[in-house]
Amino acid sequence: MTNGVHTNPKGRSQMEDETMIYRSLFPGDVFAEIDRLRRDMQESFDYSPSIRGIGRGGFPAMNVGGSPQSIEIYAFMPGVDPAQVEVQIENGVLTISGERKSDLPTDKTQRSDVHIAERFTGRFRRVVTLTEDADPDAVNAVYRDGVLHISIQRRAAAQPRRISIQ
Amino acid sequence: MNETKPSTNEQRNTRPEAAILPPVDVIEDKSGITLIADLPGVAKENMHVRLEADTLTIEGEVTLNLPQGTEATHAEVNLPRYRRAFTLSKELDSEQVRAEFTHGVLKLHIPKAAHAQPRKVDVHVG
Repeated sequence: MTNGVHTNPKGRSQMEDETMIYRSLFPGDVFAEIDRLRRDMQESFDYSPSIRGIGRGGFPAMNVGGSPQSIEIYAFMPGVDPAQVEVQIENGVLTISGERKSDLPTDKTQRSDVHIAERFTGRFRRVVTLTEDADPDAVNAVYRDGVLHISIQRRAAAQPRRISIQ
Repeated sequence: MNETKPSTNEQRNTRPEAAILPPVDVIEDKSGITLIADLPGVAKENMHVRLEADTLTIEGEVTLNLPQGTEATHAEVNLPRYRRAFTLSKELDSEQVRAEFTHGVLKLHIPKAAHAQPRKVDVHVG
């Protein structure tokens, strides 16, 4: 650009940026400003429906499903030592808790820069209320590819049964 | 290392199926860059790391092996695929990338080219 107007990295001219600041000073435009922010965010999120890679629920992300015979729970907890994970069923409530250690450098003497730190670290705990027919004595838990799969059988009595007519 | 974002609509249209953006840690030290990404549910054979020109793409397909007749009632991981791309800067030696994938965590080490590594110059007093 000529005549002294510089382009900032986003490609917007300085003039436009100034207009925006000026405009936002008027209280009536607060909503317009929020709307603009929302659109900007939407735009950057656009090509990925879930920017964090996990849902709102936090860590671990969970998928829950079921069949007439069982309840299937998948907890996405990559890089967790299975020995450090506790799975508990009490009064029909399933609790998954544990800790994930940080992979970021802790040694201050080694010079390193952390450019992005998005991965979850620390203690976690998630709770799922099970249906009444869940059998706490028939639970199977497997940790594979960073996913903890918990399969809970439903009690036979609760399964649909066809009654033959005499 | 910068994240690559689709800048034009054309790019967006040619982009394949929607994918989850995996969370990453990126750490740089004098030897190079370490990238750690969470891709739970991806088996080793479904994990792909691609280098094209200066773009590093990590992509993985999720396989959960749901038992027959299972219906999902709640899903936070609701896409079958992870994908994320990064632009590598010139001083990184893309020929020497080392990759490790365990328990759904991908660890990549991209060393700096020898000429870009800091060197100590000895000063001799004559």
